[in-house]
Amino acid sequence: MDIIGVSVPRIDAIDKVTGRAAYVGDLEVSGMLHGKILRSPLPHALITGIDTSEALKLPGVTAVLTRGDLEGLDPFYGAVVRDRPFIATDKVRYQGEPVAAAVAVDLATAEEALDLIQVEYEELPVVSDTLEALSGTGETVHDTNLCRESGYEWGDVADAFAKADHVFEDTFTFPMVYHYAMEPHAVIADYSNQGITVWSTAQHPFLVREDLARMFGFQLQQVRVVVPYLGGGYGSKSYTKLEPLVVALSKVAGRPVRVALTVEEAFKTIRRHSARCTVKTGVMNDGKFVARECLIHLDTGAYADNGPLVADRAAERVMGAYHWDNVKIKSYAVYTNSTPAGSFRSIGAPQAAWASESQVDIIADALGLDPLEIRLKNLVIKGEEFRPDRRPLDADPAAGLRLAAQAIGMNLDREPEDQDSELPIKIGRGIGCNLSGVGSSPTSTAIVRLHVDGTVTVFAGTTEIGQGSRGVLAQVASQELQVPLDQVGMVSSDTGIVPYDRSTGSSRSTTMMGLAVQGAAKEVKEQLLELGALHFDCPEEELSVNDGVVLRGTESVAYGTLIEEEFGGRAGELLGRGYVTPRMNNGRLRQGPAFWEVGIAAAQIEVDTDTGAIRIPHYVSVADVGVAINPQQCEGQDEGASMQGLGHTLFEEMVYEDGQLLNPNMVDYKVPTFADLPGDLESMMIENHDGPGPFGAKGLGEGGIVSAAPSVANALFQATGVRIKDLPLTPERVWRAIRDAKE
Amino acid sequence: MPINHQNGTIPMELTVNGRAVSLEIPPQMTLLDLLRDRLSLKGAKRSCDLQVCGACTILVDGHAVSSCTYLAYEARGADVLTIEGLADGNTLHPMQQAFIDNGAFQCGFCTPGMILAAKSLLDETPRPSEEKVKEYMEGNICRCTGYRKILEAILDAAGKSGGASG
Repeated sequence: MDIIGVSVPRIDAIDKVTGRAAYVGDLEVSGMLHGKILRSPLPHALITGIDTSEALKLPGVTAVLTRGDLEGLDPFYGAVVRDRPFIATDKVRYQGEPVAAAVAVDLATAEEALDLIQVEYEELPVVSDTLEALSGTGETVHDTNLCRESGYEWGDVADAFAKADHVFEDTFTFPMVYHYAMEPHAVIADYSNQGITVWSTAQHPFLVREDLARMFGFQLQQVRVVVPYLGGGYGSKSYTKLEPLVVALSKVAGRPVRVALTVEEAFKTIRRHSARCTVKTGVMNDGKFVARECLIHLDTGAYADNGPLVADRAAERVMGAYHWDNVKIKSYAVYTNSTPAGSFRSIGAPQAAWASESQVDIIADALGLDPLEIRLKNLVIKGEEFRPDRRPLDADPAAGLRLAAQAIGMNLDREPEDQDSELPIKIGRGIGCNLSGVGSSPTSTAIVRLHVDGTVTVFAGTTEIGQGSRGVLAQVASQELQVPLDQVGMVSSDTGIVPYDRSTGSSRSTTMMGLAVQGAAKEVKEQLLELGALHFDCPEEELSVNDGVVLRGTESVAYGTLIEEEFGGRAGELLGRGYVTPRMNNGRLRQGPAFWEVGIAAAQIEVDTDTGAIRIPHYVSVADVGVAINPQQCEGQDEGASMQGLGHTLFEEMVYEDGQLLNPNMVDYKVPTFADLPGDLESMMIENHDGPGPFGAKGLGEGGIVSAAPSVANALFQATGVRIKDLPLTPERVWRAIRDAKE
Repeated sequence: MPINHQNGTIPMELTVNGRAVSLEIPPQMTLLDLLRDRLSLKGAKRSCDLQVCGACTILVDGHAVSSCTYLAYEARGADVLTIEGLADGNTLHPMQQAFIDNGAFQCGFCTPGMILAAKSLLDETPRPSEEKVKEYMEGNICRCTGYRKILEAILDAAGKSGGASG
């Protein structure tokens, strides 16, 4: 039997179409109270006093948490830098930072209690511009405003620029973007002296467990983090977010407590980094790139969260998918008084690709070259060691880019667009591509149990965030162990039950957890062959497995029968363990990245030059997946990523003024709706059976978002001759640019 | 409005998923809170809370409404259908089946509202054009799928229902 490459229905399908799928906000824990957070109205201020006495007198209020309740615990956390207290201590660093929280019998009472808490502030100057923040003259958010300095350098860029036929320098900006996982963060915490149980919207429950154990002084075995269904992640629920605060609330209340954020509060929990990126590229007359120098400033907001890694990744990703002999990249993550910025689908890549891939078209136009031709001339080729100490390229971006360009009619021999017409609608085509090193760390474990009736339960710690991990991992176990898919069950995301997984993100789960599950299934298979050899009284080499039985020639014995024979009667089970560590596969996974994920897009757009509105009749994304274990789910990931990319391309932007977020709601912050669906949204899969994951698979899910903005902006240039270097490409911005070009 | 002046509640009756329900509610209670907190029907989700995203969509007398901003009292005497009441026992409604067949959801948070809105569309217009689907469904946001597979699911369900073109 063969179940790889089959679009089987999702394992959670019935739960999700019948409303039975329970999310954290749907759970009821016995004795549970409700918490609400008081947030700072000011972006930057010292806290000079907090008075909770009136709030505590309100009937129905159980407890109020402030900085005065931190004795005996460490309130600081942070994925890379532990710079963030879960409740403000000396000062607040952004509008919306938690200052106090109330617990009551119901939400309305908790909200009422917040009105009775008096907080006195002493305002401080607001840090909002990343360049000013690093000038060394003004206010600082922390001891310094520099959160991370990152970069690469090889060759001699100064010399190369001097020798280049042309040098281009352009500056691009990318807006702050909100994930809008439709389920805002929610946590239920139950604290006792014996330990902590937390139900959370956590993508990385094992990292949350680690933080909670450290902060509250428990052993890992005393902390249990359970993740039910998750209503969207996209990075917004990675690392530790709301959990410590709710655990502390449960501690002061002495009862289980739930805090479920509103969308406005989620806007003030995490976002994508805005960026300012200057790219300087040296080029020869024939279009050959010789040197690139970049300066990237990423606004990481009030706390580091995953900002340092975002700076690292942006520095790598701004080099694009090109070969460089001379490189000098500087990337800074800078603190400001705004919502902390962290992981969001392909960290640092959309910002970097926006700059890099827009400039490639600027260069192509200046040199009279075709946008596809100039890319093909400079793209890294498969097998090339193109970044020092990093894995050689294991993908073929040129093939993918050709495919995408061809799909929208952007062949090298195409007829030029007729732009002389008097009609206001202009048509343009554009492409973009980038490479992201993904897979995060090779750290996953899994357990497979083969029951006496021949069915299987897989224990895997990947969080089902909608990406379909449970189904894909079940397919891997089904295939490897040759047990029909409808006889494979999944248990996931409960740190008290399932073995360790580092994280769910960076397109890693199909590869890393897939290998762990496959390894565990293999271990069970080995035991079946051992038992089969006893059963048939023959060497194991004569045996094989298929569809639930061990075969020897024309004879067969069911898995369950072998277990019964071993344990005596209808009892017992076989256990398999799967480990993914840097050492495994002869160290194949030690070198980073686990694999390179391509992000290739092509857009055919229509611009109304009278209004500036952009329509997209045809949009193509290409993903290199090695093997599509479930093609329908792969397409879904890629299409979803594409639409999120079109969101920040066309209209998404968090707007700040004097440290105040002006549009923290879904009326004033627009995300793509049905009306924005391209006439034809196409997702193409390249399958070369060459990935490091099970059966030659690679991950996907992030690449689709990366090249959306440059492909549309490049198409806009083709259509109108107007080059816009700031996102989003709102009708107003496009219209003004067209008008300015005419003057 | 017959307010109980002892505790400020009002009595109301309605039908939810085919069953008669009688209860006393605060006048300001939304239909979403009634369903989730009083009847433990958690299928309708709270997201934007501003009648923009459609995650809380349910049907009141067959019409799709955003229950997050719909006063519960306005549903007195009405026939309310939530996602929990859509399947016939273990037999899924054709729209639910079409969503599964077409891979039209990922995280599933928008799905209950999306399916009910789509059912309401086909009840009104059994064979909608692609443009009609896009227009009708604009009030239901999905952040995962990119919409294409939802569009395909709805057109698939419409095709299988064999209704008149419109």
